[in-house]
Amino acid sequence: MSVIEVEHLSKAYGSTVAVDDISFCVQEGEIFGILGPNGAGKTTTVECMEGLRAQDSGSVRILALDPHADRDELTQVLGVQLQESALPDKLYVSEALDLYSSFYRDPADWRALVKTLGLDAKTGTMFKKLSGGQKQRLSIALALVGNPKVAVLDELTTGLDPEARRDTWDLISGIRDRGVTIVLVTHFMEEAEHLCDRVALVDSGRIVALDTPAALAESIHAGMTLRFLAPATFDPALLSALPDVTSVVRRGDTVTVTGNGNVLAAVTTVLARHEIEPRQLRVEQATLEDAFLALTGRHGNKEG
Amino acid sequence: MSAITTASSTASTRAARRPSPLVRLVLTEAKLSLREWIAPVWGIGLPLILLVVFGSIGALHQPTASLGGRPLMYLYVPVVILMGAALICLVASTGTLTAYRERGVLRRFGTTPAGATRLLAAELIVNLAMVLIMAAVIVVIARLKYSVPLPTQFAGFILTLLLAVMALMGIGLCIASVAKTSRVVQGLGALCFYPMMFFSGLWLPIPQMSPALQHISHATPLGAAVTAMADTLGGTFPPLLYLGILVGWAVATCLLARRLFRWE
Repeated sequence: MSVIEVEHLSKAYGSTVAVDDISFCVQEGEIFGILGPNGAGKTTTVECMEGLRAQDSGSVRILALDPHADRDELTQVLGVQLQESALPDKLYVSEALDLYSSFYRDPADWRALVKTLGLDAKTGTMFKKLSGGQKQRLSIALALVGNPKVAVLDELTTGLDPEARRDTWDLISGIRDRGVTIVLVTHFMEEAEHLCDRVALVDSGRIVALDTPAALAESIHAGMTLRFLAPATFDPALLSALPDVTSVVRRGDTVTVTGNGNVLAAVTTVLARHEIEPRQLRVEQATLEDAFLALTGRHGNKEG
Repeated sequence: MSAITTASSTASTRAARRPSPLVRLVLTEAKLSLREWIAPVWGIGLPLILLVVFGSIGALHQPTASLGGRPLMYLYVPVVILMGAALICLVASTGTLTAYRERGVLRRFGTTPAGATRLLAAELIVNLAMVLIMAAVIVVIARLKYSVPLPTQFAGFILTLLLAVMALMGIGLCIASVAKTSRVVQGLGALCFYPMMFFSGLWLPIPQMSPALQHISHATPLGAAVTAMADTLGGTFPPLLYLGILVGWAVATCLLARRLFRWE
């Protein structure tokens, strides 16, 4: 059974349609990514899942619970990290964690949690004195303090430096390994590619594609590109005759070969047979970002 | 992560002894309120200063015909108590709640089992506690220093205070509902505060107002509350008319706030 079932979800604000007939399922222990440009309807979708917003039509079930009708039960098992949510300025980190722990039937030990998140030195600090990254990590800790079965994390690593971002990814993988199902809202390609088992690509309130990051990348670029430096004596015709090759372009010393998935083996075999050494050989495959661009016609945000 | 899993089982055995979320929220809100110091300093300090100022005016201690022979100090004690209540509930608290909304604190609470409504309830309880402490300080000092009798009609005194706090919180929440930013909320709060204090008789005691102004005063929450509370100092239960006016204000503003209040 799916842990999360979203069916024909729609939500409009006045005449602006934010979510337009979105459906997807998430399996237990999966990290499910919702990826899309700003304003695509990602946050509205998860807000309907969190019970913060009532949808116009369609249904959401998390562990067979309705976010509104079964609010009390759902909040016990759903951990939430909101984009841009703050705590009172003068609340100490330890107080916030103590307070949030007290809401749940079976809370995690927050001292262990802050240690994993590298916040253990900051428990005696007021919220307003934390850096952006520390606030973000506290927000993740508060999402996990109730020992949730499902966690919805919206813009998880925004505001973190690259090292902290990597650490957070490791943490999320670790939480998944405990059987927690995770929904990750992001606009970082790299994050989705690195963490997610499956990704829903959302644009203008609709899911334009839903698959594994690798399959999404492959779907738009069936092929592969090789680039290498060859000696002046190299004859491109050697390669263009191969059935797996679609094109060979030579510009100066650089040879660019495109072809299907077998092109690498075919090309290196031929080159070896003619004793040509392909220097600085590089293989380029389509990435999730290429898929994103092809499917939404927009640029994602790589650096954030 | 295994550390978290094992530790959680010990946490659940501790759970039985833990105080309820509402108690935790009330304690946390009380601590935050003390750290922000605005509500305690304004809400308790300012009424205290005014009590001393009014207490030093000799004329206010003379028997007054319009008050049935009692001195005007009998009226100024309720006036300063209700001013403190207005500062705590109307000015400080609405500012806090609007800031919570602006910064997403209410939204975040909405996703926890505690819920944002419980946070509002905690805020109300903390305000009530602060008002009760302030009122206790004022009546004790008024008794010791200025010989104003204690509210011997204790039930009537507490009831009046409770209803006044509900009405003030209701008005404050209505303001917080229509205004978008904390700055506007503070402005609107002040806009309500001064007329309400005027009709409570802060500048001119109600019995010395013209009959028309007296009627208007009695229809306002603080005017009704001052008149009702002054009776309890003499040991009589306040007239039901004034309590009824306070109930009306409390119910109407709380219902309106319930309809209008935005969580984000």
